[in-house]
Amino acid sequence: MSQTRIVEVRAGILKKNDELARALRARFEEAGVYVVNLVSSPGTGKTQFLERTLTELVARGVRTAALVGDLETDHDARRLARSGAPARQINTHGRCHLEAEMIGDFLGEWELSALDFLFIENVGNLVCPASYDLGEALRVALLSVTEGEDKPLKYPTMFNSADVAVITKMDLAEACDFDRAAAHAAIHDVRPGMTILEVSSKRGSGMDDWMTLLHDRRAAWHRRARDGSA
Amino acid sequence: MHELSLAQGIVEQATAAAREANAERVVAVQLKVGRLAGVEPGALRFCYDAATQGTFLEGSRLEIVDVPLVVWCAHCLTTVELPGVQSFRCPTCATPCGEIRQGRELEIASLEIAP
Ligand SMILES: [Zn+2]
Repeated sequence: MSQTRIVEVRAGILKKNDELARALRARFEEAGVYVVNLVSSPGTGKTQFLERTLTELVARGVRTAALVGDLETDHDARRLARSGAPARQINTHGRCHLEAEMIGDFLGEWELSALDFLFIENVGNLVCPASYDLGEALRVALLSVTEGEDKPLKYPTMFNSADVAVITKMDLAEACDFDRAAAHAAIHDVRPGMTILEVSSKRGSGMDDWMTLLHDRRAAWHRRARDGSA
Repeated sequence: MHELSLAQGIVEQATAAAREANAERVVAVQLKVGRLAGVEPGALRFCYDAATQGTFLEGSRLEIVDVPLVVWCAHCLTTVELPGVQSFRCPTCATPCGEIRQGRELEIASLEIAP
């Protein structure tokens, strides 16, 4: 019988992704582009929300672009391009989440310093994307009124890892008997103090608050970067 | 399911560490998994067996050590362990506690190697 011994390792399993994400984050900061990672389950209206967001930003003269993760198709990128903002599809070929490496690969020849915002629409999945840092400055978790108020309790890791929660399809709230207070309470149970916005991408309600939040967060991020390097 | 990607990450990191330690073979991998790491241990075990096939880790055991969720309570001025991941409230005083001190870990703690 052979002897065995124990060696300490202490290596993070996601080390490779985390290192790539750190490099991306430095690159984004250098270029001054504020990167927003949108996560949700399938069917929350993430693409519609992003399309509306891009359209509103373009109308305000804000320079913006989008990367869209999708299992196989490029429908979403084509749909988003209607906003006037450049959009590129990342086909994950069955993978359930985006990784930092894919973001780096798909940025291609985009001139990042010519952008104010870059949106990343993650694969519709509330589990796996939580573990992968994409170098984003802001992670936004979407849930729709049609999903039930307890969704955050079913996916606490994702809601806890996000910075902001956006409740979508508010135009359907009444028809769904959506309990706003219960939804807010569930979000705050898994992420105390989290900022919550309520929007209807279809009607446009709540979009002004969302624009204000994006603007404010980006400004604060800029101040931090400037003070940090000063 | 991202557990296959994670299992491949384990194989890469453990192989490098084992070779550095001049191991002849890896007997077991001890993994720390936080309650909030977003990992399903059953799925990870299943993927581990598949991902280690034909590698330096083939036939090794995966030992998963659960790391509890520990947060800071600003009212009690102490760290507290939460019984679950659905309610970030101090079990003693019910204050919402968002500051995580432990529970996100996803790392190889150690390897059992031969010789
Ligand atoms: Zn307390």
